[in-house]
Amino acid sequence: MNETLSTTTHSSARRRLAQWWPYLLILGLLVLFPLLAGATIGDPAAAQDGAGLSSLMQRAESGAAKFWQGMIIQILIFAIFAMSYDLLLGYTGILSFGHAMFFGTGGYAMAILIGRNFNWSFGMALLAVILIALAQSLIFGVLSLRVKGVYLAMVTLAFAEMFYILAEAGDFRKYTGADDGLHGFPVPGWLSATDHRTRFYYLTLIFFVAAFLIIKRLVDSPTGKVMVATRENEHRATMIGFNTFWYKLTAFVAAGVFAALAGALSAMYLVSVTPSMLSLGRTIDVLAMTIIGGMGTLVGPILGASIIQLLGYWLERWFGASWTLVYGILFMLIVIFLPYGIVGTLRARSFQIRDGWKQLQQTLAGK
Amino acid sequence: MDDSILIETRELVKIFGGLRAVDGVSMTVRTQTLHTIIGPNGAGKTTFFNLLSGNIRPTSGKVFYKGRDITGVPPYRRAHIGIGRSFQITNVFPNLSVLENVRLAAQAVGHDNYKFWADHRRFHKYEERAQAILQQVGLASQTNLPARLLPHGGKRKLELGILLASDPDLLLLDEPTAGMAREEIPMLMEVIRSVRETGKKTIILVEHKMDLVMNVSDRISVMHQGQLLAEGTPLEIAANPTVQKAYLGDLYGDLTEGK
Ligand SMILES: Nc1ncnc2c1ncn2[C@@H]1O[C@H](COP(=O)(O)OP(=O)(O)OP(=O)(O)O)[C@@H](O)[C@H]1O
Ligand SMILES: [Mg+2]
Repeated sequence: MNETLSTTTHSSARRRLAQWWPYLLILGLLVLFPLLAGATIGDPAAAQDGAGLSSLMQRAESGAAKFWQGMIIQILIFAIFAMSYDLLLGYTGILSFGHAMFFGTGGYAMAILIGRNFNWSFGMALLAVILIALAQSLIFGVLSLRVKGVYLAMVTLAFAEMFYILAEAGDFRKYTGADDGLHGFPVPGWLSATDHRTRFYYLTLIFFVAAFLIIKRLVDSPTGKVMVATRENEHRATMIGFNTFWYKLTAFVAAGVFAALAGALSAMYLVSVTPSMLSLGRTIDVLAMTIIGGMGTLVGPILGASIIQLLGYWLERWFGASWTLVYGILFMLIVIFLPYGIVGTLRARSFQIRDGWKQLQQTLAGK
Repeated sequence: MDDSILIETRELVKIFGGLRAVDGVSMTVRTQTLHTIIGPNGAGKTTFFNLLSGNIRPTSGKVFYKGRDITGVPPYRRAHIGIGRSFQITNVFPNLSVLENVRLAAQAVGHDNYKFWADHRRFHKYEERAQAILQQVGLASQTNLPARLLPHGGKRKLELGILLASDPDLLLLDEPTAGMAREEIPMLMEVIRSVRETGKKTIILVEHKMDLVMNVSDRISVMHQGQLLAEGTPLEIAANPTVQKAYLGDLYGDLTEGK
């Protein structure tokens, strides 16, 4: 540790780079993706005015280039949702079966507020989505965090089910579209994912990067460390002086807000919201992403979201209607062979390997 | 108010179902003394500790700390007013590193817990304190090991380290040497002795091994079936005929008991 304290800023910058380069590489690829896709899989006929960047951008708005940007948009949206879930499950040890409640409410709030009844601007609606999510997660956090474990799972499930029923109810059809949901609400033209796919792609990427950085900062903060302590041993965390309720509530509220943002983005992208956004199935999706990728890391849920989204696409193409069966089997295999998820298992392995190396060296040195 | 009294219980009672686990205990512990509680298995020692640390609420009776009634104060708050405890059954953060276990305890009593916008590595003082504590309890070479991988003796040292990190005025030590290899015990007792001598601490120690406590304790209380049977200096306790007849024989024979 003295080492850390005495290093110069130069080498600390280098160390930081060494730690961050995989992230930067992936970010770079994501930033360049629309152009790369435009150049390779875009429709050449779509480029009207000559060569250069603008023609690339036009090709990016066409054919497979457009399709794959859409795929990544959905992956990034689910990655935000999954990171928010991991804040609960992986970092704080809270098993919620009702997380879709925030995703769905975010989506509905966005759809309703920019819709014909209210006609709010995108910015105002986004602000409202955040405020609604804050209030919703505070209220339901305070109500459900009084219990633990399976009881909490059941309580959160009941609350989410309540919102599902509300969304489906005929009484509010004017606002929610009842069991049909809302479709074709007026997304501002400049943000239309149909007309400006690349623009929406970058918007989503900005949200994703911001969510990643904010959540990473939170989990690396003193507060985040207490969340992890709560997950590990809540009783001892209390005994050393932490009022764990507040830390669990902090995690719950942060998770709720990011889930709502993901839901709002999803609504904007699909120009559609349905009650299924609030369903248990949606929570199970995000639970599966978190478990497959690896709980308690941020890379895990991102990887999990990518894998499940892509797997869903390919399996459906290869196996048709029976794809969910294949998906179920694959999921079981992953849980059996990679019990800590992909990232968790890799980390455990690399720890073992490093440990093994150290022991070998010590043995060789005759220690 | 008597300044020399750090913690005091009055007619403390805890009933589990029909069992009077703690049955009217009134005890006074003076500042900067080492007060040992002995008693056979099931005497209520751990339950009494749970009442002092706020883990459980008493059925009746009161606890006073520094002259203030703390009977209803929740456990996380007691840590902040200087009451810390270790556990008879190891109770650490299993998947976190040994260093992080102790660092968390140091952070807990600081004022940075809610700084969710700041990187925890910025707060060097907690980590430095943790390193120093690990040095003190003899775990300096295992700082990066996940706590669950420590051998039993190491876990007992960590248990004590977590307690010391929060720098409490009152240390409640529930059989700190429970289950430790005999050759490791003197080292741990040495740490406890040095904490007491250099740190101006008050210690309440629950211990089965009579030989260990005879020469470090200022006072000894004997507990039996939830009640205080006797209290006095080690010499008085050793000479007390009731205690001698009923328990000391037992307890001396209890040396290898590992719990
Ligand atoms: N939470 C509980 N619920 C019910 N009974 C309990 C509970 N905790 C302790 N007891 C009972 O209270 C009595 C006192 O237990 P306690 O653990 O305080 O004894 P102890 O003196 O610490 O014993 P040991 O030396 O074995 O640690 C025992 O009979 C025990 O079974
Ligand atoms: Mg006990």
